[in-house]
Amino acid sequence: MPGKLKVKIVAGRHLPVMDRASDLTDAFVEVKFGNTTFKTDVYLKSLNPQWNSEWFKFEVDDEDLQDEPLQITVLDHDTYSANDAIGKVYIDIDPLLYSEAATVISGWFPIYDTIHGIRGEINVVVKVDLFNDLNRFRQSSCGVKFFCTTSIPKCYRAVIIHGFVEELVVNEDPEYQWIDRIRTPRASNEARQRLISLMSGELQRKIGLKVLEMRGNAVVGYLQCFDLEGESGLVVRAIGTACTLDKLSSPAAFLPACNSPSKEMKESPLVHPPSHGCRSTHNSPIHTATGSRLTQNFSVSVPTLIYTGMGSGSAGKEGGPFKALLRQQTQSALEQREFPFFTLTAFPPGFLVHVGGVVSARSVKLLDRIHNPDEPETRDAWWAEIRQEIKSHAKALGCHAVVGYSESTSICEEVCILSASGTAAVLNPRFLQDGTVEGCLEQRLEENLPTRCGFCHIPYDELNMPFPAHLTYCYNCRKQKVPDVLFTTIDLPTDATVIGKGCLIQARLCRLKKKAQAEANATAISNLLPFMEYEVHTQLMNKLKLKGMNALFGLRIQITVGENMLMGLASATGVYLAALPTPGGIQIAGKTPNDGSYEQHISHMQKKINDTIAKNKELYEINPPEISEEIIGSPIPEPRQRSRLLRSQSESSDEVTELDLSHGKKDAFVLEIDDTDAMEDVHSLLTDVPPPSGFYSCNTEIMPGINNWTSEIQMFTSVRVIRLSSLNLTNQALNKNFNDLCENLLKSLYFKLRSMIPCCLCHVNFTVSLPEDELIQVTVTAVAITFDKNQALQTTKTPVEKSLQRASTDNEELLQFPLELCSDSLPSHPFPPAKEHLESASSNSGIPAAQRDRCSSWIELIKLKAQTIRRGSIKTTMTVEKASPVGDGNFRNRSAPPCANSTVGVVKMTPLSFIPGAKITKYLGIINMFFIRETTSLREEGGVSGFLHAFIAEVFAMVRAHVAALGGNAVVSYIMKQCVFMENPNKNQAQCLINVSGDAVVFVRESDLEVVSSQQPTTNCQSSCTEGEVTT
Amino acid sequence: MTSELDIFVGNTTLIDEDVYRLWLDGYSVTDAVALRVRSGILEQTGATAAVLQSDTMDHYRTFHMLERLLHAPPKLLHQLIFQIPPSRQALLIERYYAFDEAFVREVLGKKLSKGTKKDLDDISTKTGITLKSCRRQMESCSVAQAGVQWRDLSSLQPPPPGFRDYAAIVFFANNRFETGKKKLQYLSFGDFAFCAELMIQNWTLGAVGEAPTDPDSQMDDMDMDLDKEFLQDLKELKVLVADKDLLDLHKSLVCTALRGKLGVFSEMEANFKNLSRGLVNVAAKLTHNKDVRDLFVDLVEKFVEPCRSDHWPLSDVRFFLNQYSASVHSLDGFRHQALWDRYMGTLRGCLLRLYHD
Repeated sequence: MPGKLKVKIVAGRHLPVMDRASDLTDAFVEVKFGNTTFKTDVYLKSLNPQWNSEWFKFEVDDEDLQDEPLQITVLDHDTYSANDAIGKVYIDIDPLLYSEAATVISGWFPIYDTIHGIRGEINVVVKVDLFNDLNRFRQSSCGVKFFCTTSIPKCYRAVIIHGFVEELVVNEDPEYQWIDRIRTPRASNEARQRLISLMSGELQRKIGLKVLEMRGNAVVGYLQCFDLEGESGLVVRAIGTACTLDKLSSPAAFLPACNSPSKEMKESPLVHPPSHGCRSTHNSPIHTATGSRLTQNFSVSVPTLIYTGMGSGSAGKEGGPFKALLRQQTQSALEQREFPFFTLTAFPPGFLVHVGGVVSARSVKLLDRIHNPDEPETRDAWWAEIRQEIKSHAKALGCHAVVGYSESTSICEEVCILSASGTAAVLNPRFLQDGTVEGCLEQRLEENLPTRCGFCHIPYDELNMPFPAHLTYCYNCRKQKVPDVLFTTIDLPTDATVIGKGCLIQARLCRLKKKAQAEANATAISNLLPFMEYEVHTQLMNKLKLKGMNALFGLRIQITVGENMLMGLASATGVYLAALPTPGGIQIAGKTPNDGSYEQHISHMQKKINDTIAKNKELYEINPPEISEEIIGSPIPEPRQRSRLLRSQSESSDEVTELDLSHGKKDAFVLEIDDTDAMEDVHSLLTDVPPPSGFYSCNTEIMPGINNWTSEIQMFTSVRVIRLSSLNLTNQALNKNFNDLCENLLKSLYFKLRSMIPCCLCHVNFTVSLPEDELIQVTVTAVAITFDKNQALQTTKTPVEKSLQRASTDNEELLQFPLELCSDSLPSHPFPPAKEHLESASSNSGIPAAQRDRCSSWIELIKLKAQTIRRGSIKTTMTVEKASPVGDGNFRNRSAPPCANSTVGVVKMTPLSFIPGAKITKYLGIINMFFIRETTSLREEGGVSGFLHAFIAEVFAMVRAHVAALGGNAVVSYIMKQCVFMENPNKNQAQCLINVSGDAVVFVRESDLEVVSSQQPTTNCQSSCTEGEVTT
Repeated sequence: MTSELDIFVGNTTLIDEDVYRLWLDGYSVTDAVALRVRSGILEQTGATAAVLQSDTMDHYRTFHMLERLLHAPPKLLHQLIFQIPPSRQALLIERYYAFDEAFVREVLGKKLSKGTKKDLDDISTKTGITLKSCRRQMESCSVAQAGVQWRDLSSLQPPPPGFRDYAAIVFFANNRFETGKKKLQYLSFGDFAFCAELMIQNWTLGAVGEAPTDPDSQMDDMDMDLDKEFLQDLKELKVLVADKDLLDLHKSLVCTALRGKLGVFSEMEANFKNLSRGLVNVAAKLTHNKDVRDLFVDLVEKFVEPCRSDHWPLSDVRFFLNQYSASVHSLDGFRHQALWDRYMGTLRGCLLRLYHD
């Protein structure tokens, strides 16, 4: 499918003065694609040249179209000496290659120079004509859509979710080539930018080919990363989830965007059925010839912990056969695949059956030069190893798949830590067996119901648990076993019942390590890693208990390696899942009980902790319904247990196995204070201050417990670097410094955004790096979203209402069961779904008998029916009441119009996959940009802060300009994947590399949509529902 | 632990109005933080001083980067680096070009160029306005003088309220009116701005000829030079005092009309010739640039001060001036009625404004 690329250079503006004498510029433009270059005329003596060039036409292969960026260089003509470059614009033309995305790129692009930053703007028009060519052996993959979004994009329907795709390409880093010694920093930076642009184009093309082989047409949850390995090269790698997506055709069928991002995923996807599942060889090329190369590489595999609940276990008897059946069915389907991994974090209802817990694997590697860039076997083998480990961890948890999967690296000199993590899960077996799209709807419908608490149920065998866990019967259905604590890397499923609100929970940890070389260094690191993992886990657990919550979502643990230390930062969103048991408190135990003053101190601490827990419960509105004793047993810890050792700072992780199983029914978490370290621990627990009132924060897409977002959003990036004083480098001092750094950063954010109160910081993403010996850099990207406080109080009602709306807006099939849906969405509802519904559904598609057994007691059923009906009637009236606040919301939206009369169009940016109060109507393509900025006049540019501030602002500007040129008005799933900052204040120099990506989209305000829909009398019902969605 | 780098960049640039004001007022970061602490913001928000420090630094950095754009407001509207809602952009420009009256009063009538910049130090110490702020205001004055053209380029409607005042500043600077003399110290910037507006409307080139056909013709008023021809013609008015008969006739006309209506009638009668001579001579002298500069000094010396020493109330001054200019129409031998009206109409307004303690 060769194509013709057409480029027109229209005009420039705000160019810099290049000729000091005349204070003007004689500018012309070079347009380069591949090896072809065109030039415009020189526009004499103007800072706002009007070139109005002809169409420059490039006839190229589609392979090149995918790999190469369009390179536009603006120069100042000089008769006597060499022409001076003003700056460049790189345009990724990939979005023009798929049929549904953008058709033209046209707009003002900032002219960027790696030394001077943005210098004026240029207006460019780019078009592509593609010729159809059904070459079977083609190397290109034009037409495969890429999405950074880690859920099924709005306005698409997933027909089949094929599974994991990965690829990596390597090259030499231009910065480390011999030629770099003789070329200018500008030339070197540009070579690097260009190379990375080329490599990511190539990578995307190769991934696209794999997707086509799997008969998919899109990659969702596409995550591309750069590893700057220094001397040994440059690695660009990407992972994603291959899917077959269908565009939802009629805009009227769009369901309102609502607040929960995944709510629109009405259509249930099918995991690629086994009959098609023969793609494993393409999926992940395993290079068997590892022999000589691998032995040269020093590598240490780190034993990893599997995170789930901790505590003591008790045996159960039920549920075994069902699970076994489930596992059998799904395993057969997924075992065909080499890696049953999914990079998605949010799923269509019913897709996820059970969640086992977080699985992670790390491995320490020594980098060596990549000898042959065309065969990146070593790096491939490294990752394959880690993925294999993840897979086996998942298996140990009784799961056959890993969801919310991600990979990362941390590099310091020649040592590299590779990490992978995900959530072990059991996916719905019927999705794996039934390949027909038609059957989907009904299936999903009834699948929807059991999963409300189902995902919390343990997938593993109680008698043969992979780790000690404390199990109870599910507080929702009372039939299945659940762990006492659940950790996951995914977003909170939309149908999960949560009590109260969630909050951001972070564990922070530093460990000093001796400076060492090569193998010794790698060994030291890998020896430290398990301890760090263990401590991070303990910290998370303590903080979770302190918050009075019982589950973590979106868990991301980052281990960063530096010259002389290791840093661990774990972020997650804590919630209280109604299906899980109430967490016990934290008990403090002293080692020397006879000392009176010590005892007093302990009890003082204990009181403080209890107070904090109580305060937190109030703050996050956690007030679970009373549970009758006989079902779960006494939650109150007995006093004699205080002396029991559960954990102590100084001991190794082996201690965990010493749990006394006989007494651990519902243990409180015991902290033993036996030395100053532990003391510090307790103190640090208490120093975490909650956000000021009116603020909430989470690192997931949406905040559990808040669902009435208003339209104001503010995405931001904040960077801090601190220098440690080298004198007092102890672990405690380090920990404190690091802790203070993060806490102060958060406090600053709260202060800066105080005008948005009430608001929630969503998708808070911390990245830690150690650029130098004594420097710690923390980068945070998040979005602040305002919400309506008055309606937030009605959280208990809203889920009910939501589901009603969903029911009414949904297809006919759904309308048959509105009542069942409603009853199920009640957070406090302790019963499984209605029987008749289950029966009708099961007769349709044959649920396994075991599932029907879940609602065995007829008494429960009768109670349930009564409640269902009552709820149903209440609800209809509630929707009517709701109509009035809606009007308010809309009025507000209109009174603050989205700045239509501004000369520069507003482009919103958000790390979320949706825009509150708006509906995404079109995906224009992936934005993946890489910039380098360097300065040799650091002081003049306002020091390091001034330099980086300006650079980040410029990066935002360039992202916005590209989106606007594509015809979009927002970037969703925006992420700053890399921000590498290096400084040399003595030389007055600094350099920074930034890599960002996201999905360019077109969105329409819901208020605008409403106007359209209310004009059509036939869609009356729909419009009223749209209104309802705004308020929830 | 020392902070090396600390930044916050929003997709929409955050503008804190309070910090912006502090920045405009030229406070250093340390002073600004101290002032913010004093405002009680820490108690309101529960923030710490360190947070406030970092926040202030951040805003200052942003403003510093924005300043380049603020020097040419149309650039601010078209630039891509900072995404700022239009209302905020307007606020930024408006506040940036706002000035302290105390400062402007000092520089009024002086050259808006380097010469006076050296004096900024003195102004700063005299008015208590920080040097930075003085420099900014001086620069905005130069920007306004160098080209008011950005106003029509900008889509900001209506123009910032302070904008009319810039016309006065530039007008005074162009004509180098003396305003710093001791006897003029009692006059405020407002007084001068009022006079400037009257003069711009009536005495400049832009005021002649085309009648205001559309509201945009205000732009023509920006013609900042006095109508030279008009100034030359003013010589003709001299006859009013040079011709003794005409002067006596004028006096008797005014006196008859005002008899009994004026509290200070006798003083007026005694002083009439002096006052009239003063007013007409001011007009006749306006041919020379040097005398133009002294216009306000002369007006105060020749008219305001004599009246004030006789304790004329403002209402009597008004009566007198009205009658004084009106009765000229009844002087048969006087042919320059139109010229007189153009001159006296404006002068009357100015004098009334200038006449206070």
